[in-house]
Amino acid sequence: MAASAAAVPFRFKMIKRTLLLCPNTSFTIRRLNLESSRNDSQLLHNNRSVPTHLEGVVGLEIHAQIHSRTKMFSGSQVQFLSPPNSLVSFFDASLPGTLPVLNKRCVEAAVTTGLALNCRINETSLFDRKHYFYADLPAGYQITQQRRPLAVDGILSYSLLDGKKHKQVVRKNVRVKQIQLEQDSGKSLHDDDRGQTLVDLNRAGVGLMELVMEPDMTCGEEAAAAVRELQLILQALGTCQGNMSEGQLRVDANVSVRKPGEALGVRTEVKNINSVRYLSKAIDFEIRRQMDVLRRGGRVQNETRAYDAKTGTTVPMRDKEALQDYRFMPEPNLPPLTVYPDAASVPPGADVRRAVVVQNLRAELPELPAARRDRLVEMYDILPEHSYTLLNEEGLVEYFESVLKATNREPRKVIGWVTNELLALLKQQDLNVSQSPVSPSSMAQLLELLQAGSISSSVAKQVFQEMWKHSGAKTAAEIIGEKELSLIRDAEQLRRLCAEVVDSHPHEVQAFQAGNKKVLNKLMGAVQRETKGRADPLVVRDILLDKISGTV
Amino acid sequence: MLKNYTPPYNATVVQKLLDQGAVLIGKTNMDEFAMGSGSTDGAFGPVRNPWSYAAPYCERTGAVPDSDWVICGGSSGGSAAAVASLTSYFALGSDTGGSTRNPGALCGVVALKPTYGLLSRHGLIPLVNSSDVPGIITRSASDAAIILGILQGVDTKDSTTVPAPPSPMELAENFDVKNLFVGIPKEFYAPGMSEETAAQWSHVTDLLEKSGARVEQVSLPHCQYSIACYHVLCCAEVASNMARFDGLQYGHRSEVDSSTEAMYATTRHEGFNDVVRGRILSGNYFLLKQNYEHYFVKAQRVRRLITDDFNRVFSSGVDVLLTPTTLSDAARYADFTQEDNRTRSSQEDVFTNPANMAGLPAVSVPTTLSRRGLPIGLQLTGPAFQDKKLLSVAQWIEQRVGFPSISDFVESNRQGSNYNIGFARGVR
Repeated sequence: MAASAAAVPFRFKMIKRTLLLCPNTSFTIRRLNLESSRNDSQLLHNNRSVPTHLEGVVGLEIHAQIHSRTKMFSGSQVQFLSPPNSLVSFFDASLPGTLPVLNKRCVEAAVTTGLALNCRINETSLFDRKHYFYADLPAGYQITQQRRPLAVDGILSYSLLDGKKHKQVVRKNVRVKQIQLEQDSGKSLHDDDRGQTLVDLNRAGVGLMELVMEPDMTCGEEAAAAVRELQLILQALGTCQGNMSEGQLRVDANVSVRKPGEALGVRTEVKNINSVRYLSKAIDFEIRRQMDVLRRGGRVQNETRAYDAKTGTTVPMRDKEALQDYRFMPEPNLPPLTVYPDAASVPPGADVRRAVVVQNLRAELPELPAARRDRLVEMYDILPEHSYTLLNEEGLVEYFESVLKATNREPRKVIGWVTNELLALLKQQDLNVSQSPVSPSSMAQLLELLQAGSISSSVAKQVFQEMWKHSGAKTAAEIIGEKELSLIRDAEQLRRLCAEVVDSHPHEVQAFQAGNKKVLNKLMGAVQRETKGRADPLVVRDILLDKISGTV
Repeated sequence: MLKNYTPPYNATVVQKLLDQGAVLIGKTNMDEFAMGSGSTDGAFGPVRNPWSYAAPYCERTGAVPDSDWVICGGSSGGSAAAVASLTSYFALGSDTGGSTRNPGALCGVVALKPTYGLLSRHGLIPLVNSSDVPGIITRSASDAAIILGILQGVDTKDSTTVPAPPSPMELAENFDVKNLFVGIPKEFYAPGMSEETAAQWSHVTDLLEKSGARVEQVSLPHCQYSIACYHVLCCAEVASNMARFDGLQYGHRSEVDSSTEAMYATTRHEGFNDVVRGRILSGNYFLLKQNYEHYFVKAQRVRRLITDDFNRVFSSGVDVLLTPTTLSDAARYADFTQEDNRTRSSQEDVFTNPANMAGLPAVSVPTTLSRRGLPIGLQLTGPAFQDKKLLSVAQWIEQRVGFPSISDFVESNRQGSNYNIGFARGVR
């Protein structure tokens, strides 16, 4: 092990250098490579040739439920949590003789999403039938776009908080292979007690956009960040509500490992992932599992695995063992779908209300998250990582801007409070911004008091916690008054306190005079303890320096 | 499969008729899922041709109707029988490879296959979505025109419908065939065509020519592949369209419930006859990834060639094509069933199939009774959306061939036959 211990700092340097030269390389290679290198030396003792320096390769298949009032090919309503089988039309139940009628809103949603992801929109796209038998697929086939999807060749740009203490924003890209329209299936619930399967067709026929992300990612964190960004984009566009726990956004990961620079390894598909956090865990587990398999001299099977949130592992899925031939066939009841690049290309005599015009949709694109982040940085002169955090939490930007309205403090001074103090407490108690017990105006009041010098910043933090506990029933001023937390500025009082501290810490004074300047903090700390943090730190510092430097 | 199924909605074409005051007097028998050309493979038994019980057949052949009855043709045999027996003024059928025109010819009634896309298929249980059309069976060409006028038009529920060309509701009484360009496709001299049918073909051709029409031989070289092409595409679409019949939402469901798969398998085995099952298996085979190019895509290409043949001929000025509808008059049930469904279909559909491949309108007109006293019909095929013109030519022929009405032979019906004038009942 000694050998590898010495190797560690060297590799660290190498990777740091790599990071500088190749900014697209993820820093997490460090974590995974070190793991593999540690075990390498163990196995080398067993005289086996093992793969070293393996990297993870991750692609994603994302199904986003289109946010529309009715389904993709029928007029049934789309509504989560309705009584079972209450939103099923004749077509959804696959009654013979019913035919699909395309929903314009679904097409517009897919085009809009494609534009936001910088895709090329295919003017003509085709519909196909994908056949397989399953209880929740009434027609025995799903209508999808296999031959020619609606949008192709896009890019999703996302950011990671990287570097030490996650403070630096690193930008990455993942290629979007295609976006296609397809039908959602119904839901089947297995009642093992009675040996039955219960089928609810409410979801059957709801419009989906399938987004395929190329294997440009290397680990769970990247995939999670990409999906998070996609969620924000879809929510900003209004084309999908992006809620993973409600099944509006479903992500399957295609995971494999390989030696860097070599061909892609055998991949597995990981399903049953219900949140962004689980996505990251599932992928990392799977990468590690595959590396283990290869290290033991085994081979990775091309299979479908399910993520088990309870154990944090992936397990092979029983149903999908047999290789499926989907017997794709063109959907004969739907003519090719044409979207027009601009209003001029709509043929005369065509019904304009039924035409989808790409240019119009492009003009209506709202501000996307990336642009919004940049704008916030410009407008408020805050750091990119602040802006990233602001957008990452729903409602936080609005909160921040409300606070700014209620106070004339600089945004730079306010931002820390929002992204650190407020967010930390929200996360701790698992609340949304809308559920925050402290309102923006209350926070603004607190910050005004801090600005005015009535309290020190450490006291302000305490007060904030108190305000939180009382759910905003008490104002900052009231709490400060009650607990006597106001800043002590009185020079006389402070001088007395400092004198006491100096007297009771002769060691530290000597150390300071001997040249150890850092020990001043200890003395200041002592003063603050005496005053319960209420002493004005600047004044205290001056007094102490005055007292202890120079002579006794 | 759908024995006890009552649809909860009306097909668009049915609704349109009801809206116009038509009275639905019944639903007719047919080949199961429209697969067949004899109406002999239905769940309720075979359909008997009404002409089996009329004097001409009985007297000229000495046949005993109850054992020597002839088939109606198919798959919409029941509808043709209903109109032929004067039970009804008109009936609807479906036409995917000739299923309306075939029984129309064998039962001596006018049978129209409209242009694909003219009539809505909403409510038509699909066989081959890219070829199916609702068929119209009437006693005369002018009736067919009226029905067509009511039924044609865009339906938002069917994305493959197109706007109908503007045209008068009724046919002109005196259509002039002078300078009508009639094409006679030379490849349609099929083996197996009876000499009587050939003779009728010649006879009507001469009639037209003598009245000033320009009659010329034309070539449709790829139509000989139509049956093979149809079989591949039909089986593939059938396999797909029948996938929904699993007994879960509606229809027959098997008692077996050990697993979903077992239930599916037995339900489908019990619910489909072997003709349907055969086509499903073939279709799935054609759609397998490794076979798709070789069969399905190839058949699509052949289909394009057939369509191009027609386009070429019609663009060169031909107004209408004249061919037989069937190889001969109706066969005895006992003889017809000597061969299996698939063989019979490939034999009987040769003349009617190409129009389905190309989506063109075609109509069968009865011209005469054969030596055996059974109807023979001829088929007119026209360019897309020229349905009305086609019917005009049909009417012209109708006015000149003097095909008898079955009511002329009503007397003999009263003598010792079990023929039930209401519905054709069959014994399996």
